[in-house]
Amino acid sequence: MNVNVPLPKQETPAEQGLSIVDCDIHPAPKSVEELFPFMAKRWQEHLKTYGSHVRQGLADALAHPRMTPDVARVDAWPDDGSTPGSDPEFMRRHHLDANGVEYGILIPLGRSGSHQRNLDYGTALCSAVNDWQIQKYCEFDKRIRASITVAQEDPAAAVAEINKRAKEKRFVQVMIPPRAVEPLGKRRYWPIFEAAVANKLPIGLHLGGMGGHPSTGSGMGSYYIEEHTSNVQTMQSLITSLVIEGVFEEFPSLKILLIEGGFAWEPALNWRLDKHWQRFKSEVPHLKRAPSEYVREHIRFTTQPIDEPDNPRDLRHIIDWVGVDRLFFSTDYPHWDFDDPRYALNNAGLSVAEKKQIMSGNAKAFYGLQ
Amino acid sequence: MARHVVAAVGEIADGGRKLVTVEGRNIGVFNVKGEYFALLNRCPHAGAELCRGKVVGFATSDEPGEYRLERGGEFLRCPWHGWEFEIRTGQSWFDPKKVRTRAYKTSVEAGSELVKGPYVAETFSVQVEENYIVIDL
Amino acid sequence: MSKETIANATPSRTPGLFGGEAIDCDVHIAVPSMNVLVPYLDDYWREAVETRGLERHKMNVTGQPPNAPIFARPDWRPSQGEPGTDLATLQLRALDAFGTRFAILNCMYGAQALHHEDMSAALCGAVNEWIAREWLDRDPRLRASIVLPIQNPDNCVKEIEKRAGDKRFVQVLLPAMGEMTLGRRYYWPIYEACERHGLPVGVHAGSTYRFAPASTGWPSYAFEDYVVQAGGFENQLLSLVAEGVFAKYPALKVVFMESGFAWLPPFLWRANKTWRGVRAETPWVKQDPAIIIREHVRVTLQPVDAPVDGGKLERVIEQIGSDDMLLFSTDFPHWHFEGLDALPDSLSPALKKKILLENPLATYSRLRDSAPKEIRQ
Repeated sequence: MNVNVPLPKQETPAEQGLSIVDCDIHPAPKSVEELFPFMAKRWQEHLKTYGSHVRQGLADALAHPRMTPDVARVDAWPDDGSTPGSDPEFMRRHHLDANGVEYGILIPLGRSGSHQRNLDYGTALCSAVNDWQIQKYCEFDKRIRASITVAQEDPAAAVAEINKRAKEKRFVQVMIPPRAVEPLGKRRYWPIFEAAVANKLPIGLHLGGMGGHPSTGSGMGSYYIEEHTSNVQTMQSLITSLVIEGVFEEFPSLKILLIEGGFAWEPALNWRLDKHWQRFKSEVPHLKRAPSEYVREHIRFTTQPIDEPDNPRDLRHIIDWVGVDRLFFSTDYPHWDFDDPRYALNNAGLSVAEKKQIMSGNAKAFYGLQ
Repeated sequence: MARHVVAAVGEIADGGRKLVTVEGRNIGVFNVKGEYFALLNRCPHAGAELCRGKVVGFATSDEPGEYRLERGGEFLRCPWHGWEFEIRTGQSWFDPKKVRTRAYKTSVEAGSELVKGPYVAETFSVQVEENYIVIDL
Repeated sequence: MSKETIANATPSRTPGLFGGEAIDCDVHIAVPSMNVLVPYLDDYWREAVETRGLERHKMNVTGQPPNAPIFARPDWRPSQGEPGTDLATLQLRALDAFGTRFAILNCMYGAQALHHEDMSAALCGAVNEWIAREWLDRDPRLRASIVLPIQNPDNCVKEIEKRAGDKRFVQVLLPAMGEMTLGRRYYWPIYEACERHGLPVGVHAGSTYRFAPASTGWPSYAFEDYVVQAGGFENQLLSLVAEGVFAKYPALKVVFMESGFAWLPPFLWRANKTWRGVRAETPWVKQDPAIIIREHVRVTLQPVDAPVDGGKLERVIEQIGSDDMLLFSTDFPHWHFEGLDALPDSLSPALKKKILLENPLATYSRLRDSAPKEIRQ
């Protein structure tokens, strides 16, 4: 059986007139020295001398090597050979212009202050990455927006960083990794939610983090396929924690975006939460509403990696259950499991209006972009 | 049927490729152990520039923990999602040996040890004429 | 055991809801105290229990507080003792009421959470003997899973070899979350023995808590621990496939119990999609993971975690892409439904029959062998 999905003419998305808000673009420094202008000398020395001190065996690399260099699309390397995402000029040409990006939201990964066991170093690193996003990318292209990275294990420092950055309107969200030392719904992290809400910033939760727990409740998987997939279960337990701890009772205006976790698993999680809440109500009297109500009201999802059921009609059912208004298109540029805006949503049975909502309308409303 | 010269013999080294545009179509011409094949530079899965992917062999195994690389240089990994296509035919392949289940939907061609995946990249006929590599559109 | 319970330990003559055309693939019994195991321990361990006061050691597992409503439906509790400790109650409420032909007993015992491998092996061995003498011997409808001392796979194999001759043991029992992902080669001696003896590998909700039950860390509430179990099963399922357990043991079946199943369709889609791109790292996985899973993995019915309204349950089952995977269960005495509503009424008669009888019989060869001709077809 040969199933060739009919593809439209070979035009770029921009040529097709597509206009998108890409909620997941990964910038990268060409080298760690790129961050130095944004770090005090003391921390530059610390970085050079001690470097990353994290909760896993390899200090500076992923413990499950990916299938392509630097996790990237093989065709996303800038001409000078520096790592994908590190060249704003190349990114503009190769992605922003070619793919009709009206706004692109930066999600910096890699050497992250959020992962550091040395909290002061982590705070310094986050601050540097935040400055770097604005100076290197947002200044270069008006379409680009940034995320406030914070060292979440030091909530006071994280709050200070959020308050410091909130005036800069090119920061559109606070960014915390889902894999923290404790589930993010726990009260120790609430000051961060409070600061986000006070500054009218949503929180973007992109896959990742090094909280010191293995990727499953039974330890680490051996292979990349397990690690890649385990991020879905991370999102599930993340939602479970936020809801059951009562974060949304405490912060009724908090907005959350889950990034790069997909979304097809959400209806099943909601059903599971609601069903078992019936039996566990007496343990959690602070929850006043069914768990799925909190989820629907407060949590949104980016679309990548888009699910590909054998029967495309199944994808439409999932989207109906999740809700068109809760989905935000993303590409994950320049990573290998990139979703092309020309094709990614073609099998979802969406109307023109629905597609426009997902490709840009929902994100514009969420982030206040016009 | 229009015929186009796309390269001179010797221009594409064994294991190498050349990306050309012919009648508005982007095509990758590959030299696989002295034979030439041409593929449309578009992955039938999700539209990536297929011909920019890595040329690889096919990893196979008889049991967990055992790894063999067969048919070196005969496959192309899509530069995006990594799906594997046989350069010679454009056929996607997921399995190098007979499948041990009754439920698998694809077919095993008689005499072939490979089981086809559901995708086929578009190919073009290639000839070598004197000193030139020619494709048929 | 009281005289009354022994006297009542005979199959009911009333047909019950399913008139004998049902196999309950997940029923829970509990060890009331270590004292009941002492007769089945050898001299060394019997003295250890006595001198170390092990019988004072409460063995209830974290995350499954026996009095929490979900684990103890009020009308399924015995008049005395903890839920699942009384045969008469189980016969009346689980077997007679539903008209069950066979019920598979799963005893989730805390020995699996100990660190001493041999203590665990001794206790698990005693539990299995206790199950045979005090439960299987007393009601011909009962079958059981072999409780395995998961800490050491060689000890597990020894226990399997010891029990395999008793055909009333129809599968083995592992907790859903242990010390390593289940596909790891460390556990393969267990799978080899199971394949050889025709015993499915039963994986039941529960954790030995060697790690936090989720990658996000230690949840505050038992409610969270319970919800994230589904994610734990998803991780294990991918481990079994990716590590090549089914490639190595092509006749092996795995049964997920109390795992839920509405999470299956998006899991299958994602597993296929990712595998196609990263296939080269695990070249012994030779086809879509969904195909492998539909062939080798089964799931018990409770808890039914898709809503029955609006056709959602039917849609989920359709999305799973197989009618063969679901196995009827009540999960007695856990509380997932009211009255006798274990099997959603909206399902088609053909599918109901598959779930109640055909799928369990196809999964458990030992049930097939002991089933009366009229239900074996």
